[in-house]
Amino acid sequence: MSTSDVTKQGIRGERPGRDARVGAGLRRRKRRGERPMVPDAEFTSYYGKPIINRPTWEARDIAGYFFLGGLAGAGSVLAAGAHFTGRPAAARALKISSTVAVAGSAAALIHDLGRPERFYNMLRVLRPTSPMSVGSWLLGAYGPAAGAAAVLDVTGLFPRLGRSATVGAALLGPALATYTAVLAANTAVPAWHDGYREMPFVFAGSALVAASGLALAAAPPAETAPVRTAALLGTAVETAAMTLMERRLGMVAEPYKKGRAGRLLRAAKVLSVAGAVGGAALGGRSRTAAVASGAALLAASACTRFGVFYAGLASADDPKYTVVPQRERMFSRRAPGSGEEGD
Amino acid sequence: MTSLIGRNLLAGAEPDPAGDAGHRDHPPRMGFFTDTSVCIGCKACEVACKEWNAVPEDGLELTGMSYDNTQGLSADTWRHVAFIEQRKPVGNAEAGERGDLRWLMASDVCKHCTHAACLDVCPTGALFRTEFGTVVVQEDVCNGCGYCVPACPYGVIDQRKEDGRVWKCTLCYDRIGAGQEPACAKACPTDSIQYGPLDELRERAAARVETLHEIGVDDARLYGDDPDDGVGGDGAFFLLLDEPEVYGLPPDPVVTTRDLPAMWRHAGVAAAALLGGLAAVFAAHGRTGGRR
Repeated sequence: MSTSDVTKQGIRGERPGRDARVGAGLRRRKRRGERPMVPDAEFTSYYGKPIINRPTWEARDIAGYFFLGGLAGAGSVLAAGAHFTGRPAAARALKISSTVAVAGSAAALIHDLGRPERFYNMLRVLRPTSPMSVGSWLLGAYGPAAGAAAVLDVTGLFPRLGRSATVGAALLGPALATYTAVLAANTAVPAWHDGYREMPFVFAGSALVAASGLALAAAPPAETAPVRTAALLGTAVETAAMTLMERRLGMVAEPYKKGRAGRLLRAAKVLSVAGAVGGAALGGRSRTAAVASGAALLAASACTRFGVFYAGLASADDPKYTVVPQRERMFSRRAPGSGEEGD
Repeated sequence: MTSLIGRNLLAGAEPDPAGDAGHRDHPPRMGFFTDTSVCIGCKACEVACKEWNAVPEDGLELTGMSYDNTQGLSADTWRHVAFIEQRKPVGNAEAGERGDLRWLMASDVCKHCTHAACLDVCPTGALFRTEFGTVVVQEDVCNGCGYCVPACPYGVIDQRKEDGRVWKCTLCYDRIGAGQEPACAKACPTDSIQYGPLDELRERAAARVETLHEIGVDDARLYGDDPDDGVGGDGAFFLLLDEPEVYGLPPDPVVTTRDLPAMWRHAGVAAAALLGGLAAVFAAHGRTGGRR
């Protein structure tokens, strides 16, 4: 179809350019031979330009959403635990915080859209290959459940319905807290994509850190014993998963250690350990210590989310993280004796 | 249309993407073969594309990157001509007095992947597969969530800031529907950009590489033509004279959704662990008044 057709009996179907013997030279030198098999060891790029496009998302909106979604989701599980083990003040605080956090999540997500007035198009289809689509529906189910749990708790109306809403929110909460890891990983951003195995555990741990921090700060010490244990658990899971991820990713993990992301993630580690250990040691005795530990835990979770977010931006901006692993993959695939590619 | 049941539609070869998307009696899959060995860097494709598709101006800068002041594909650049200056001869061509300088020029475009990550991750269904097997954004549906932007392994689709929505090459959906070739291919004076049924283009490209190898251009290689590659083959593929990354292309792109089932599994385990772990914590602490 792409033939010349200038007509009036002129050119028709002629195609001089595409058959040009580019590189033939004037005199035919026989230079047959093998193509070079070993590619250049050094890494090349097009004027240092990034290969993939950097996410257009605002850190405040999307990293903020990762934080709020985790706080809400894990908070609902803690709320149900507190509710059913006779810790009403802790349960109420967590139900309220989850509702506020999920409302904030929705606001952040809509604010980040290029066309916020079209937010309802998110519910136009349900697409399992799009974590954002799945997440929109999840928010649509979780939000009302969390809201109902909080409102019915505060008002004391319809206690049975309130219990169901509490259970419903607790069952959906863990999905809300972890699916955001898939949202980030299901991109071409190397630091996010390649970490897809550990990222859900980082996010689950971080969500637990945030929610237990909130409960520690907001509920009376007599009711926060399980929450203090949960803070330790969350910190342990998050730290272990993060360490595992950095080790497994090799050079792709560099953005997690350098620059702004590195600073945030180091701060997250210090804050979460301080908050969890401080809370466990003193949170049952001193209200002040509990509030301080809780605040440290909340800050730790926020630092983790923003750190992961900025690491993704840094890894998208440098073509090295796209080219080098792909080159290595091609090379190991071509090398004799090696089987299928890893990832 | 063959049954979709039991097939992996996320990765691997897929002979009929348009049929799998639900188009019946559809035309053959159409695409581009961009033969960079005959590109002269005139940028007629860039201009024709902008003109036909009414793509806005996106800044006039002098970059110092050879003759490339466009810099790359974006929401407002759907064809981009790359210029690379190298100290290597092209095949047996005689070098001038200035030494072995060669100039590589290549017109980049959306690859219209068989497994298009942008389409897979779009939460609104704004991105869709046309009857020609190409991938197009519906501008009246897109709400500018931006998920497709980091999902694309080639860095093609992008958000137009002042507009909020995302934009990319449509392979001139309006023109090809009317039996016309896309504007860039029409404007290309050397037929470096060739438009046609993908099967035919692949044959032509294979023959072209062979010719070039015969006359001593050992660097010539095809990029994106293999239906078994990480994106299931590109609808728009290339003949390159150097490694892909020299042109700003990823050497071995993989559609991110290939790993999505594993991602959901890991997230599911993490979610279950969160629920189970907390159940255990509360069980261990018992009802209020229990151990501190």
